[in-house]
Amino acid sequence: MPVVHRIVLPVRSQEDIVRVRGAARENSVAQGFSLVDQTKLVTAASELARNTLDYGGGGEVEITRLDEPPRRGVRLIFSDKGPGIADIEQALRDGFTSGGGLGLGLGGARRLSNEFAIDSKPGQGTRVTIARWR
Amino acid sequence: MEKIPILRMGRFLLVTIQVDMHDQLALQLQEDLTERIVAQRARGVLMDISSLEVVDSFIGRMISNIAAMARVLDAETVVVGMQPAVAITLVELGLSLDGVRTSLNVERGMALLNERLREEEQSAELQHDQLTRGPG
Repeated sequence: MPVVHRIVLPVRSQEDIVRVRGAARENSVAQGFSLVDQTKLVTAASELARNTLDYGGGGEVEITRLDEPPRRGVRLIFSDKGPGIADIEQALRDGFTSGGGLGLGLGGARRLSNEFAIDSKPGQGTRVTIARWR
Repeated sequence: MEKIPILRMGRFLLVTIQVDMHDQLALQLQEDLTERIVAQRARGVLMDISSLEVVDSFIGRMISNIAAMARVLDAETVVVGMQPAVAITLVELGLSLDGVRTSLNVERGMALLNERLREEEQSAELQHDQLTRGPG
């Protein structure tokens, strides 16, 4: 059985966002990502962590190292039990924001990732999964 | 409380961001800088981000805000030292840092600020001469 590297971190404060960035960095370094790929994953993680905190009322992130030889990657799953997203298409559009942000978070995170999935039900919360491969 | 130090260099302010800032720290810097621009009548702000490994949309917006606020207070902002990986990521993220002047390093950023100041002083002198000489 291969060893699975998986950690779960809380996303409940601004300091947690900094810690999520650090963990995303650490795991992408461990997977041998180039500096550009590290930076893209860390930036996507930062955007999604802020969404989880600001719109989801806080939640958690699960970070998993993916080892599927010859591919190596990192997957992040952000989940919250917040109000959810009523119109996902709209939320993904650049410039759309329901808060005070720039509205680049979701769309930007999608562009910076190789895989992107979003699952949200109004009133039940949101789950965003991204993965990046080296 | 933790703060980003702001140094004074003649008529300019120098900020070197060396930590991974949480959001409140970034907002605090925005506030501190505008206060210092007014208090010290600074004409320019040089922001060195060469140690910043990530610029997400929040930090990007803070940088744009600082440049816009400084402009309103008659000071120019130059951002220097952006890492190539950060620049690549910013563009893909969709952030263009409109209205923010950038330069490769501190030296060139400082030259840019000095040049702008000189140009302004020259045009002010010219205006003054014309006024004192009168129409005829």
